[in-house]
Amino acid sequence: MTIRETAADAKQDPSYLKALTELLYQLADDDFITSFRGSEWLGLAPHIEEDVAYSSITQNTMGHAVLFYDLLEELGAGKADVLAHERPPKERRNGIYLEKKNGEGSYLEEPYYDWALTVVRNYLYETFKKTKLEAVATSSYQPLAMVAQKVLMEQTYHLAHWKMWLKQLQGSNDDARKRIQSRIKEAWNEFQDVLELGSESQSMEQFNLITGEQIVKERWLEDVTATLNNIPDAPLDKRYGSGRNGEHTADLEQALGILAEVYVSDKQAIW
Amino acid sequence: MYNYIEDGDAVANTHGDDPEKYAAFMARIEAGEKIETDDWMPDEYRQSLIKLISMHGISEIMGALPEKEWTPKAPTLRRKLGIMAKVQDEMGHGQLLLRVTEDLMKPYGKNRENLMQDLLNGDLKFHNVFHMPTKTWADAGMVGWLVDGAAIISQTNMLDASYGPYQRALQRICAEEVFHAQHGESIIMALAEGTNEQREILQESLNRWWPSLLMFFGPGSASTTGSSKQDVMMKYRIRKSSNEELRQAFLDKYLPRVFSLGLTVPDETVHYDKDEEKWIYKQPDWDEFKQIIKNKGPRSKQRLRLREIAYENNRWVRQALAPEPVRS
Repeated sequence: MTIRETAADAKQDPSYLKALTELLYQLADDDFITSFRGSEWLGLAPHIEEDVAYSSITQNTMGHAVLFYDLLEELGAGKADVLAHERPPKERRNGIYLEKKNGEGSYLEEPYYDWALTVVRNYLYETFKKTKLEAVATSSYQPLAMVAQKVLMEQTYHLAHWKMWLKQLQGSNDDARKRIQSRIKEAWNEFQDVLELGSESQSMEQFNLITGEQIVKERWLEDVTATLNNIPDAPLDKRYGSGRNGEHTADLEQALGILAEVYVSDKQAIW
Repeated sequence: MYNYIEDGDAVANTHGDDPEKYAAFMARIEAGEKIETDDWMPDEYRQSLIKLISMHGISEIMGALPEKEWTPKAPTLRRKLGIMAKVQDEMGHGQLLLRVTEDLMKPYGKNRENLMQDLLNGDLKFHNVFHMPTKTWADAGMVGWLVDGAAIISQTNMLDASYGPYQRALQRICAEEVFHAQHGESIIMALAEGTNEQREILQESLNRWWPSLLMFFGPGSASTTGSSKQDVMMKYRIRKSSNEELRQAFLDKYLPRVFSLGLTVPDETVHYDKDEEKWIYKQPDWDEFKQIIKNKGPRSKQRLRLREIAYENNRWVRQALAPEPVRS
């Protein structure tokens, strides 16, 4: 396997650069939107201790997004802040399931957010993030491998947190079990999109940027099957399309509108 | 934290306490000893601490809400990380202080649930500044720079408080608040050195926050608002300085900085009187202050509504985690 140690090395081969860039956008955009949905929950969690923990996870997750955007900046994709704040939805590569609103209302007024969705989504996502990061921890692109190893150290605790929530709720009363199960069923119709690597999938594997889509999916399924009480019978699906190819819903537009509100008020200003 | 407590004078009652125990207690705190959770303490001391610390704790939690309005909107990735770290700290302070309060309330058979109920029914007040609206990104800077700057002044005044658990919590809280003030200062500096529009939103923000900042430390004396707890707090060595002394310290520290940035405050009378050795300023409207902390401020209802929805909406989660007997 050809190791590429620097951004300059990676830029030598346009097809390598294309696959690498695509992979980095997925990693960055997934964390960026996940962190945003988390920040909407501040002050609304089931108890104060959870507010402390969740806001810490949310901040770490934004930190991970920044690491990936910084790698893109080094590769000449543009300034990290521009990549985070200016790209229109069709250029975003996050999974569609991750952009789904937390519930009814807005984070400022009448937020009727659903904790069951949040627990299920974060558990499924963090399990996936772990398998995907492990699959890039030996990446041929050294700077990415290093970042993945670093992120995995923090991310272990995030996964442990959501796994604990999931186990507690699915192991408690009927009401909680039903709420969790209904969100799992919903996720099953949508999560296939998150698991995919998109149009550059084959190149990513061929260049040893990641160990491969099928392996990531199998490992994810194995972990999830061991934790969830009931796995839906239906096969995994992606009912709203493929975020990896730039397909998105109005929920992403809502999120980006808030995330970029001050930034776009004056793009040239120093904030 | 300022020490205006609405019915503050009503808790003053040492008659039920054993005079010998009371004298021994006073001797301990006057010798600089720290009182611990399980030590004997006068009822007035316990009740004053519960009021002070529960209000401090809940204000940290309610105080995260105005900043939350700007957390995802922070204009760069670094600013997003900064403000996310800050609101997380505030929640942490709230949690720490509620734990201290819970231990003090135990003898009365009360717990966290009671505190949350008291907040929602209006018995537990939160700090006047957190009833105010935010309008621009400059407010996120102002909260960090001057609101947290004011908090540092009032909280460092209690770093040697006689109640050990509070005194220890404050060491950590004050250390973190210094970072918050630097975070705020950094946002303010960028705006002050920025475009005309950035300077405008900064000045407009300061104009709006000015009366709230003066109110922050509470009225100068009980005669202003009919009630003040500062004398009891000083008698029990919880704090050292009066409300007015703290306000003067704040003006001393921050007005020169405000002016050096080319900013003004909305008070033409403001000046330092060398003979009196103090800042002269126009009093804020203390009647308005009383209304604000009675949850009749501009954003009181909306912010409480967020906690109310969270409380109702997550009821199923609390029941799932710790099933309680059903009461009709």
